[in-house]
Amino acid sequence: MKALLSTVLLGALTLSGPASAQTVVPEQSEVAFTTRQMGVPVEGRFKRWAAQIRFDPRQPQAAQVDFTIDTASLAFGAAETEAEAAKPGWFHVAKFPQARFVSSSVRSTGAGRFEVLGQLTLKGQAREVRVPVTLAPIAGGLHTASGNFTLRRLEFRIGDGDWNDPSLVADEVLVRLRLVLAGLGPP
Amino acid sequence: MMSANYTRTAIALHWLMAALVLGTFALGLWMADLPNSPLKLRSYNWHKWAGATFLALALLRLAWRWRHPPPPALPMPHWQARLAGGVHHAMYALFFAVPLVGWAYSSSLGYPLVWFGVLPLPDFVPVDRALAKLIKPWHESAAWGLAGLVVLHVAGAVKHQWIDHDGLLRRMAPWLR
Repeated sequence: MKALLSTVLLGALTLSGPASAQTVVPEQSEVAFTTRQMGVPVEGRFKRWAAQIRFDPRQPQAAQVDFTIDTASLAFGAAETEAEAAKPGWFHVAKFPQARFVSSSVRSTGAGRFEVLGQLTLKGQAREVRVPVTLAPIAGGLHTASGNFTLRRLEFRIGDGDWNDPSLVADEVLVRLRLVLAGLGPP
Repeated sequence: MMSANYTRTAIALHWLMAALVLGTFALGLWMADLPNSPLKLRSYNWHKWAGATFLALALLRLAWRWRHPPPPALPMPHWQARLAGGVHHAMYALFFAVPLVGWAYSSSLGYPLVWFGVLPLPDFVPVDRALAKLIKPWHESAAWGLAGLVVLHVAGAVKHQWIDHDGLLRRMAPWLR
């Protein structure tokens, strides 16, 4: 019944035409982050993820973003770091193979600027995150949506136990998103 | 006889670098097989900070040596003078090669150098796993090479001090009798 209701509601939303779906060009997009280890910035990224985006810049409040990340696709410069990050103390990839972000609201904050609010579920911990996003047209009728935000790894129990000392591995992790979107249309 | 000695600066740089090279080499040997742990992370960072400090001191020392040439060699057989000169040249080459290759190795693994966690140093190679695999043994062999040269260098000093009794070591260690 609930499923039926949401289907009807979604259908109604689609019929009223608030937001058409965009596709992400994965080979030009990046889901990356920077962590600091004893002051040293270490770059990581996720190689496999999927994003469902329904977004109309004229009606940002109707936008929906649903992001699923395959935690096993975590990539670092060093193979040893990748192996370490998959362990239970860090991402516990075996138990939590996916991380997910689902938007709850999107609002315009200026020309080509938006704020996406939503829930990030990572290692079984759900937290609200706020992502400022800049939208810019690029060649070929595509757009880039870029946004950086900081999360606290310890809130998600990433690197607990031996590694929970933030003077060794900083609590703040800078997440960097750069998505190339097709199908957004002219503003 | 003061003019036959090294300058105070040269003496200070020599002993500072001697202590640093021993410590960094020993730390490097010990840390390589540690399991992944906060201790390993700390060890690697201190090894890199010590290595970068060593590199800076090597630059300073070379510049100082250029302006303040070392005292002339004491009388000794020609082959000994040539051997000592060769060891010194090779040591200077490795003073640069060992830390520079180590720096490149770290950069190639995606760990840029940040001196004492404060001063970011530039990467001069890209993040590249194949490159890292290639140059890791270079860093190790060069460090072992430097260790071997240090042994020869110390053996020479010991010979001059306690076999030849020619006072050569006093030029670098004026506190010796």
